[in-house]
Amino acid sequence: MSAAAAPTPVRKLRVATVSLGGCFGCHMSLLDIDERLFELIEKVEFDRSPLTDIKTVGPCDIGLVEGGLCNAENVEVLRAFRAHCKVLVAVGACAITGGLPALRNHLDVGDILQSVYARVPDDPELPLPLNRVLPIHEVVQIDVALPGCPPPADAFWQLLQDLIAGRAPQHLPGLIRYD
Amino acid sequence: MNDAALAAAGTVLARWRQDPHALVQILRETQALTHWLPRPLLAHIARALGLTSAQVEGVAGFYRFFHTRPSGRVRVLFSDNITDRMLGSEALLARLCARLGVAPGETDAAGRFSVDRCSCTGLCDQGPALLVDHHHVVTRLDASRVDALADLLLAEAPPDAWPAEWFRVDDGVQRADVLLQGLAADAPALAGVLRRAPQALLDDVAQSRLRGRGGAGFPAARKWQACRDAPGPLRCVVCNADEGEPGTFKDRVLLSAHADAVFDGMTVAARAVGAQQGFVYLRGEYRYLLPQLEAVLARRRAQGLLGRDAGGVAGFDFDIAIHVGAGAYVCGEESALIESLEGRRGTPRIRPPFPVQAGYLGRPTVVNNVETFCAVAHIARRGGAWWAGIGTAESSGTKIHSVSGDCARPGLYEYPLGTTIARILEDCGAPRAQAVQVGGPSGACVPASEFGRAIAFEDVPSAGAFMVFDGSRDLFEVARHFARFFAHESCGLCTPCRVGTELVVRRLDKLAHARGAGRGSAFDIERLHELDTLLHGGTHCGLGASACNPLRDTLAHFGRAYVQRSTADHFEPDVDLDAELSSARRVTGRTDAGAHLHTEQTP
Amino acid sequence: MSAAGRDDFFELDGQRVPLQPGDTILRAAARAGLDIPHLCWHPDVSASASCRLCTVLADDRPVAACVAPAVAGQKVECRTASLDTQRLRLLQMLFVEGNHFCPGCEKSGHCLLQAQAERAGMTDLHFEALNPERPVDASHPDVLFEPNRCILCQLCVRASDEMDGKHVFAIGGHGIATRLLIDSPSGRLGDSALSVDDRAAHICPVGALLPKRVGFAVPIGERPFDTEDTRG
Repeated sequence: MSAAAAPTPVRKLRVATVSLGGCFGCHMSLLDIDERLFELIEKVEFDRSPLTDIKTVGPCDIGLVEGGLCNAENVEVLRAFRAHCKVLVAVGACAITGGLPALRNHLDVGDILQSVYARVPDDPELPLPLNRVLPIHEVVQIDVALPGCPPPADAFWQLLQDLIAGRAPQHLPGLIRYD
Repeated sequence: MNDAALAAAGTVLARWRQDPHALVQILRETQALTHWLPRPLLAHIARALGLTSAQVEGVAGFYRFFHTRPSGRVRVLFSDNITDRMLGSEALLARLCARLGVAPGETDAAGRFSVDRCSCTGLCDQGPALLVDHHHVVTRLDASRVDALADLLLAEAPPDAWPAEWFRVDDGVQRADVLLQGLAADAPALAGVLRRAPQALLDDVAQSRLRGRGGAGFPAARKWQACRDAPGPLRCVVCNADEGEPGTFKDRVLLSAHADAVFDGMTVAARAVGAQQGFVYLRGEYRYLLPQLEAVLARRRAQGLLGRDAGGVAGFDFDIAIHVGAGAYVCGEESALIESLEGRRGTPRIRPPFPVQAGYLGRPTVVNNVETFCAVAHIARRGGAWWAGIGTAESSGTKIHSVSGDCARPGLYEYPLGTTIARILEDCGAPRAQAVQVGGPSGACVPASEFGRAIAFEDVPSAGAFMVFDGSRDLFEVARHFARFFAHESCGLCTPCRVGTELVVRRLDKLAHARGAGRGSAFDIERLHELDTLLHGGTHCGLGASACNPLRDTLAHFGRAYVQRSTADHFEPDVDLDAELSSARRVTGRTDAGAHLHTEQTP
Repeated sequence: MSAAGRDDFFELDGQRVPLQPGDTILRAAARAGLDIPHLCWHPDVSASASCRLCTVLADDRPVAACVAPAVAGQKVECRTASLDTQRLRLLQMLFVEGNHFCPGCEKSGHCLLQAQAERAGMTDLHFEALNPERPVDASHPDVLFEPNRCILCQLCVRASDEMDGKHVFAIGGHGIATRLLIDSPSGRLGDSALSVDDRAAHICPVGALLPKRVGFAVPIGERPFDTEDTRG
């Protein structure tokens, strides 16, 4: 954003965020950019996100996806994000590797359901769980990954700054961590 | 584990004098009696040899012909080279399995038989072939032979009682030059040759400019000289008869028709480098040649050509033992071969030191191919200049090609090096060839536009395979077959080969729609290019380094076959997403639309 | 340092590295304080050359620095763009081959695989997860074996062979099914001769072999690899 461009109001980038099979910890870490949120909100507006309560994703510049794919609905939501977001970001360990929920992958999900429920719910409103929790890059192509459990707030800030400035995201030393 | 198994192991252990270096032989011979190798039996063998159970288990789990899970009393392995497949082996395998009521890889519930696939058995010119109990081969399979085989297996007829005609293996020599013509009747006797000074023998080989015939093409005399100059009192000469490169079968014929020449060559090498001990590392698939090879060695000992003062040369004590492999392609690599000779997993060694410096049991060791030793037998008699006068300036002598695939007259063709691919195709009757895999999967896939090229070290080098593919063949499927071969044969030591070969298979399987549900796209082809670069950029040995050669060549020359398969216009998943809901559907009983997923993203 | 003459140097990414007789490229570089990324090499045991992370170009030829002899006058390149990419892909291969979930691993911050990946700038897996199904072995009273984290570096095999003289470990299988074997009647660690005092119990560069009951004694943030360049 050069000073010369300042007089013309720049179109705000539209950002969608979602937590699939995640714990919202990545979203919490995003909020940890603290006072920089004010700066951010000058430059972006939020589409579907827990921050807006918009239920369906529309055309966006950036999609931040937290969490892996645990069930059929996660797959549909991820696909909607891929279809609508120019830059799709896998955020956090679960989106990138399947994460903690994937610890169930060596068990049969049918057996799990049967041992948890006296009668396994069959309501069509409920999404069916996948046999294995999948990292999101196995179902759609992702453009950027932001590792961490959660990614540090500074990593979110760096990534958003880069994308807002139209730069390729730089992963600075010290901001890449997996735990 | 029963007493019979223990007794069987005991007999074998005693025959090998509890020598831990004979572990591969001990496991092979024990399994021939017990059909498979239960863990307690491995522990018993370990104790007898002073090894740990884990070491023995590690060796047993390395070789494809050792079975650590129950196996049938008769084990049938379909040779699974691409040439066997082109001759219909998969349909015959399916036919046999249907008749027997087992699936490939399975053992009959009554324990009577197991059916599976194995890597190329070196019978490409008379396939489809199969291996029985790692001991017999059945050639020229067809539906009626398979049906009769099913009847015999169900009736539990022992393989010795099967029709002898089934076991017929032909030499199939179509064009003989000096090596396949054999030594002349009036050729000088070996004893006379051996009386020359060792350095003179070596100088002759140097003058001949003979280069190794196993694939790498290293100058034989340089190898010998390095071994001769290496310090130490004991030296070894090893004949690499682990002819594992799919599509290669020339060594099989040399060993069955010209064994004396091969042993002559080994003896000359031993004399030249000062070796006392010789080994033939015979691939497990050629186990059926063992009795006749042992008979030749026994005769040579009786003739005084082996043993104390071999060939009548005072102080030249040299003998040859045969070590039978157990199904591991990587053992064709000379340091892996030596590991196997020493009774270990066939993992290529860290070099340096090279085998010529520290090989078998740390002794300076020369390892040469069967054909190389055969050439030495001729060179030692006719002189280095004679051999150097054949072929080209950089590639002296003749080369034997194992011709198979889409041609009228498969078999062995021997030509001077420098002969064009077109000439060989013309001679074997392959007017419609679109490509030739020269030198096997680790060699080069040469398209029709390059048939004018010559087989020689300076142009298209070859370890001896020459597989012809006509216009009806899909070169993508050929490459995919070879990719599976390399993944199956990876020793598992280094990361790029162990993981990379598996990832290559997965990408190709996706393009072939043989895996998951999503279609391939440009994304997958790009990944293949990337894996190709990675595997060429630093693996522990040549297996990994050449594992992507078929991929690289076919991508370059037959890229259309790949593009045709990448029909999706963007990345699609590999996983079958609908199948991923199967467990949940099972326990909920749901069949509504929401209980299903399309693998591919609907537009 | 007896015979170190003026010619006893090689060049690593433009820096002169002194060498001693018998040196490998990696050993000479390590002595000079220069880092060549590696996983399966340890100064106290023989090399296995298995991870290939230390692949460098020695006079333009790719070699594993852990076993390639250092040669005076040789030009060695380690930090080139293509070698950096190659290292990244090798790390990603190791991550997808096993199950390396750092947030759930006690080794985090202490793990060489994690540190090398962080240094290499790895942000994603790149390949699909191969999902190994290897049962965890908690049978030993003092040491946990989590085979899904094993990167087949063979350091435990070598430490047990060469330093402990116990031969507790061996390599089994082949290809993608290669795995670590334990020498005991049951094949489990609890029945083996391994003691928590053995070098083999502590040499694992990842979280595959972990001494029990010391979990999080050193808090995350104060661990060996919690340094500026890796962990901010």
